Amino acid sequence: MTPPAPSAAVEVRGLIRSFGAVRAVDGLDLRIQPATVLALLGPNGAGKTTTVEVCEGFQRPDAGVVRVLGLDPIADGAALRPRIGVMPQGGGAYPGVRAAEMLGLVAVCAARPLDVGWLLDVLGLTGVARVPYKRLSGGQQQRLALACALVGRPEVVFLDEPTAGMDPQARRLVWDIIRGLCADGVSVLFTTHLMEEAEALADQVVIIDHGRVVARGSPAELTSAGTERQLRFGARPGLELGPLCTALPEGCRASEPRPGGYLVEGLIDPQVMATVTAWCAQQGVFAEDLRVSRRSLEDVFLELTGRELRP
Amino acid sequence: MTNFPPGTFAPAPGQGRLSRMLLTQARTEFVLTLRNGEQVLLTLLIPLGMLVGLTMLNVVPVPSPRVNNITPRILALAVMSTAFTGQAIALGFDRRYGVLKRLAATALPRWSLVVGRMLAVLGVVLVRLVVLGAVALLLGWHPEPAGVAPAALLILAGTAAFGALGVLLGGTLRAEVVLAVANTVWLVLVVAGGIVLSVHALPGPFAAIVTALPSGALAEGLNTTLVTSVTPWDTLGVLLAWAAGAAVLAARTLRLS
Repeated sequence: MTPPAPSAAVEVRGLIRSFGAVRAVDGLDLRIQPATVLALLGPNGAGKTTTVEVCEGFQRPDAGVVRVLGLDPIADGAALRPRIGVMPQGGGAYPGVRAAEMLGLVAVCAARPLDVGWLLDVLGLTGVARVPYKRLSGGQQQRLALACALVGRPEVVFLDEPTAGMDPQARRLVWDIIRGLCADGVSVLFTTHLMEEAEALADQVVIIDHGRVVARGSPAELTSAGTERQLRFGARPGLELGPLCTALPEGCRASEPRPGGYLVEGLIDPQVMATVTAWCAQQGVFAEDLRVSRRSLEDVFLELTGRELRP
Repeated sequence: MTNFPPGTFAPAPGQGRLSRMLLTQARTEFVLTLRNGEQVLLTLLIPLGMLVGLTMLNVVPVPSPRVNNITPRILALAVMSTAFTGQAIALGFDRRYGVLKRLAATALPRWSLVVGRMLAVLGVVLVRLVVLGAVALLLGWHPEPAGVAPAALLILAGTAAFGALGVLLGGTLRAEVVLAVANTVWLVLVVAGGIVLSVHALPGPFAAIVTALPSGALAEGLNTTLVTSVTPWDTLGVLLAWAAGAAVLAARTLRLS
């Protein structure tokens, strides 16, 4: 295989990782450009955590190439670990350790760590700095885990479900931090179940299921892909749709699903919009509540991964 | 876009100083053990109670003066409780709480996960021995001066053997299973492993087995050394063999989570 281009912060090609008979990751490709954010989406058991743990050097790939900052996470682990920040799923600390002690310990492992007191303050943990880890709330444990991932001033950050169990305020704070990281040149890979989160933060969204990529692209690309876009408007009921259907381009259909509510389905481009408004002018009606609906990322996700519950 | 001033998170990666990492990890685990109530009960209060009780009450046949013959066995008990039982349980739950993975993801070298633990265990053992030794002296304990240095060697080897066995147990099984097994083994070794009862009080073939156990070796070794100042070096050999064997196995089987 050709060596991966060193410019990528994270490069994964043809990754396969099995547990017994189950292929958790089945031929996965990923590429994260420096100073960008990638969101890894997928139902439970899709292979998100396995993918992240392979990148972190915790699991050995059965096949494929994995490079983080051009380094092999296992063979070059000692050289790589000081350069990456890791937030494992569910955090990680001694049950009895105080929040400040734990962050202090992780900070000592870095050459030029962020100020521990400042970081606790930013993450709203100053008030619980002396509280043992097992007595922190789930959200506080998550924030401490995030602090541990950031304190060493890493170049690449892996966050496995960083906002799980957090209240909306804490979630906004985490979003703000991820944007700050990206603005300062840090590359971020995070996993999430929240479509809103992926749409808000990610330059690139990768949706995986059964260990395979089922869709990838920017949030805008993913939600505008396909022909399921719809144009809706309201007008006087019972308008003559024949001339509109004739005027619309191939593949577009117009209908009146309920009296006074009109729907145009197909690839809605500016030309279609002009055709619709011209027809309205001909009919002497004013189109009310005219709107083009895009699919949400959640629609895309459910469409690709199905609606049945996962174990 | 973000409320953080530019440069707040500018990358500046690097590995911390090795000695500082290792000592901070060891100090953290040392302090956590001293703070843990169950650990204090297991590794200090129970040995302390047995020291006072067995010295004052004639429940077990022991040569006179009782305190001289009981103290070395209690020191062995403290080493076993701290390095094996307490440490294995702590490791089991630390793994459950993801701390090994957390630390393994930092610049801390992998070997220091275990070496830092052993330093912490050694520190706790020293604290326990100082307290128990002081109480024994108050009860009239007179250790043979010539036996003190060899006893220190035996204690080091015993800590290594029990520590490695603790990592072997605590580093492979689920936390609840570790808890059950570690406590059961502790109880069995206290009663029948040469800790409370001298191997000489046991029937022949059984005595041979117990002498080869780390509990029997440490208790007999310390007892003979501190009572007669003659060091049975074979017990040091037994402890070192257990330490080496368990360490090799533990290094292969240790799981982070």
